[in-house]
Amino acid sequence: MSPAPIPITIRLQQADFDVAAEIAALARGRADVGAVVTFSGICRGGEGGEAITALTLEHYPGMAEAEIRRHVDEAVARWPLTGVTVIHRHGRLVPGDNIVLVVTASAHRQAAFLGAEFLMDYLKANAPFWKREERPQGAATWVEAHHRDDAALTRWKDS
Amino acid sequence: MKVLYFAWVRERVGKAEEVIEPPASVTTVGELMQWLAGRGEEYALAFAKPVIRAAIDHIHVKPDAPIAGAREIAFFPPMTGG
Repeated sequence: MSPAPIPITIRLQQADFDVAAEIAALARGRADVGAVVTFSGICRGGEGGEAITALTLEHYPGMAEAEIRRHVDEAVARWPLTGVTVIHRHGRLVPGDNIVLVVTASAHRQAAFLGAEFLMDYLKANAPFWKREERPQGAATWVEAHHRDDAALTRWKDS
Repeated sequence: MKVLYFAWVRERVGKAEEVIEPPASVTTVGELMQWLAGRGEEYALAFAKPVIRAAIDHIHVKPDAPIAGAREIAFFPPMTGG
């Protein structure tokens, strides 16, 4: 018998999100949720000692949703999660703005922690989003991918 | 087939998407990139860096992936979301 489907929400949007409201939407009234972990990615005001005035996120509509869904399905297969929400913003953001939200629910904390971390590691390296940074002076530049983001994936391969 | 470009690949090519008809001798993603690179200066510049990634019908693929039957092929830099 396959397990009962769990609530999964994936949204790509320009608008901001409300972290508390997303937690409540996932956990309120549920008897099978004993732990909720959230990760919020927020636009920094600087990178490597240089000020950043804004960040523009480009994405591949259609593939972005599909790629996130594939990783959510894998997380659900690996850990006993009872709910997952992923929201990724696109468009122009300024320092302090929310960029991404991952919420994982489970009966116990370990699955929720691991599921959230796994999802963020995979989304950073595989979800088709690209950041372009604006600085006080000079032209905007595309952010280079970090080797450490690919390195972060290797630890999930053998476990 | 439809080809999409994102981020700096899109900026260098100068368009977000186009419909192309590569010759039958072009059978893989890597060969398609070489063929595209030969279409003009802007394409040569866009495809000069070996880091470009590709997806066929919304799924990441390697350069040796066959393009037969593909509806939509996208080219883009390594991802930097999250």
